[in-house]
Amino acid sequence: MQKVDIAVVDYGMGNLRSVSKAVEHVANGKSVVVTSDPAMIQNAERVVFPGQGAMPDCMRELDARNLRGAIIHAAENKPFLGICIGMQLLFEHSEEGDMPGLALLKGNVKRFTEKLVDEKGIKLKVPHMGWNQVFQTTNNQKQAHPLWADIADATRFYHVHSYYVAPQDNSVIAGETAYPNRFTSAIARDNIFATQFHVEKSAHAGLQLLNNFVNWKP
Amino acid sequence: MLAKRIIPCLDVTAGRVVKGVNFLELRDAGDPVEIAKRYDDQGADELTFLDITASSDNRGLLLHIIEEVASQVFIPLTVGGGVREVEDVRRLLNAGADKVSINTTAVLNPSMVRDAAARFGSQCIVVAIDAKKVDNQAYEWEVFTHGGRKPTGLDAVKWAEYMVSLGAGELLVTSMDRDGTKIGFNNPLNKAISDAVEVPLIASGGVGNLQHLVDGVTLGGADAVLAASIFHYGEYTVQQAKEYMQKNGIEVRL
Repeated sequence: MQKVDIAVVDYGMGNLRSVSKAVEHVANGKSVVVTSDPAMIQNAERVVFPGQGAMPDCMRELDARNLRGAIIHAAENKPFLGICIGMQLLFEHSEEGDMPGLALLKGNVKRFTEKLVDEKGIKLKVPHMGWNQVFQTTNNQKQAHPLWADIADATRFYHVHSYYVAPQDNSVIAGETAYPNRFTSAIARDNIFATQFHVEKSAHAGLQLLNNFVNWKP
Repeated sequence: MLAKRIIPCLDVTAGRVVKGVNFLELRDAGDPVEIAKRYDDQGADELTFLDITASSDNRGLLLHIIEEVASQVFIPLTVGGGVREVEDVRRLLNAGADKVSINTTAVLNPSMVRDAAARFGSQCIVVAIDAKKVDNQAYEWEVFTHGGRKPTGLDAVKWAEYMVSLGAGELLVTSMDRDGTKIGFNNPLNKAISDAVEVPLIASGGVGNLQHLVDGVTLGGADAVLAASIFHYGEYTVQQAKEYMQKNGIEVRL
């Protein structure tokens, strides 16, 4: 089978073209394929797992394409980048549709509560949509995760979501965003990195993170 | 804190960016891919493309433009104009759009908004509302369609609430009285809608100077401000607009 450097998982959900174009932009000669073939994902050196829309639909489409096994295998064995719903799906359970996830990470996916207000009492909209700062966490280590290389702390990334992950184990938290309370917007464990925000839509900062992922040796 | 967004809008027809006054008297403003790249370099937070072609002749051309832009510009792209079916939404998303804006069809066939949101998620469904101030009605602002030519008898604020209930993830509100006039957004209209719904509101129509952008946020309660002519003809850069907003206490991405 054809050797694949980077597989972008296609399960019919979301802005796949945006993700693949951004990965291609930083791939520097590495091959990028958009695929729904479990064997191709199995064969790839690294995997990008995007996702948009509602988590129950994403899970259904994933299973309809028989991709659950390939995703779990990739997340356990090779550099793996989850984006948005591709991050939420890694957890045990989501409030969205009362849905079980892939349970690769302990914790749940929660909805922003009703009637959020900022510190001045001004209504905050849901979905949380737009450019917000991501505060990198260092988790008892002295340095930030390699995927934050050349990205300043508190850089703004593009978010659009109504649900967020609440990990049980704080040591997986790699980044937080305030809306108005801090929530987990990036996680890291071993070969897995995942973001709630859209790296493929976050201009230079997003491309830098993707570039770091493409060259990451966990 | 979440930044307020500045969104340059590119009205596209026959493969060119154009700008008119009150939807008439179109002037050529340049090549869409070049203009998109320039705004990205200036720090635009998103870009909106509106296909203002009346007929469907040039639809393929727009898809090609979106593909070109999406492979070079890595910020959110919203595309609207002539979106009639769920299939149109799919085509635009596949071409590289991140959000699709639905206007006239939302009025003619509201269930299309619900179907598109159910299929692709509310995050990519923007409902565009063109509203005009009306007298002698039970409401203050009426929804218009077909580029502002046809009254609908719908109260713009109630209509906004209904669209959100069907799954609209964002509203693009254009004041037809203000569009192209450079006298500022219709802030009372925007405020009324923004207060009535949970989803973000993009204010559009009437920007003539940078204070108008500030007023759109502080008086109109907009989460994002959209403008065309002040950027197209080089009066201001997006960067200048952001610096001005920041100086006036508004959180922006610089």
